[in-house]
Amino acid sequence: MAGKVILLDFWPSMFGMRCRIALALKGIQYEYKEEDLRNKSDLLLQMNPIHKKIPVLVHDGKPVCESLIILHYIDETWPDKCPLLPSDPYQRAQARFWADYVDKKFYDLGRKVWTTKGEEQEMGKKELIGSIKLLEGELGDKPFFGGEKLGFVDIALVPFTTWFHAYEVCGSFSIEAQCPKLMAWTKRCLEIECVSKSLADPHKVCDFVLQLKKALGIE
Amino acid sequence: MAKDGDVKLIGAWPSPFVMRPRIALNLKGVEYEFLEEKFGAKSDLLLRSNPVHKKIPVLLHADRPVCESLVIVQYVDDAWPSSGPSILPSDPYDRATARFWAAYIDEKWFPSMTGIAKAQGEEAKKAALDQVAEGLSLLEDAFGKISKGKPFFGGDTVGFLDIALGCLLGWLRVTEKMNGVKLLDEAKVPGLAKWAERFCADDAVKGVMPETDKLAEFAKLIMAKFKAAPSPQ
Repeated sequence: MAGKVILLDFWPSMFGMRCRIALALKGIQYEYKEEDLRNKSDLLLQMNPIHKKIPVLVHDGKPVCESLIILHYIDETWPDKCPLLPSDPYQRAQARFWADYVDKKFYDLGRKVWTTKGEEQEMGKKELIGSIKLLEGELGDKPFFGGEKLGFVDIALVPFTTWFHAYEVCGSFSIEAQCPKLMAWTKRCLEIECVSKSLADPHKVCDFVLQLKKALGIE
Repeated sequence: MAKDGDVKLIGAWPSPFVMRPRIALNLKGVEYEFLEEKFGAKSDLLLRSNPVHKKIPVLLHADRPVCESLVIVQYVDDAWPSSGPSILPSDPYDRATARFWAAYIDEKWFPSMTGIAKAQGEEAKKAALDQVAEGLSLLEDAFGKISKGKPFFGGDTVGFLDIALGCLLGWLRVTEKMNGVKLLDEAKVPGLAKWAERFCADDAVKGVMPETDKLAEFAKLIMAKFKAAPSPQ
């Protein structure tokens, strides 16, 4: 449990934000290291030689990679405060399933919306909204996916909401108008300090995405 | 703390992902009913139980569905904690390592294997085969570090990572057969080659690992079907 904790991260990364939230909820002191993804540090390449990606949690010199794996690791290493996963096996399976769903869908659908145009973009927008509506159905009447309190799926999903404004600008549509339930859930999450202080500013993310589009030559 | 309620598994014999929960249930000594899906036509029960992905395997425990093979394996470990060996390691760092390599297998290595069949032309095929071999070399290295001289990734008994990788051995052998190559080469990946033999001989695995010839026949069948009617899956 003791031992230095470092998070190798990149400020707009949804995956990095997940780890920041978990560390904050658990009250774990750590050193945040910002990576320049166009010029990856020796430490990052050493700690994640297979994927060379952030986030990487380095605990006592040992790396843990992949954001959901990091969340599990944080929950299991610091089990006493603020459990991230439910204790019931079936509820745990459901939480893992939906977090996996977010991973399989959101990043790629969002990417489709901000990197393409025309018919492909329209399809991306439609699928993204469809995906959000599916998640709204899973949320139901609960305040959080985790029930009364923030849980694993909430932490997995809420960082993506910081990119919604960028998707809306790139796609000329309103996610808020079509998905009010998710917006209400986002507001509830933001009321929690550990969440709001861990998330990037959506306007800064939008500027970043627009700059990235220019740099990549995407109109 | 064995849970009440009957256990059913919706699956199909050729699927490596279906094999994963079967091995987990065998390790825990849990009896279950295997509901075999017909190839090409998804049952109502499957569509109802996994409306999001409509895929096998699906575990039904007292009629409650659990989907995604590795989620199911973890569920089996959580739901029957005192039966049989632990499937995941007990140390959080070892668990993270097992999960990391399982994710690598599913997200990188398995797609590289299916990439071989999709490769058009000799050069592309060779590149695809090289990718699979590279992956095996990484896994050989991981096996050395994780097993620490013990027979399995999980130590003395079959564990999470053994299950994640081992279930793909059938299809790996079919790939070797159909391309006339040896990928699980004792000369190149000696640790994994011996591990594969031990895995396939394990009591929890023996009955559910399909014969390579039978799988190869099945592979020819689906390839013929796709060539005849190329519709999106």
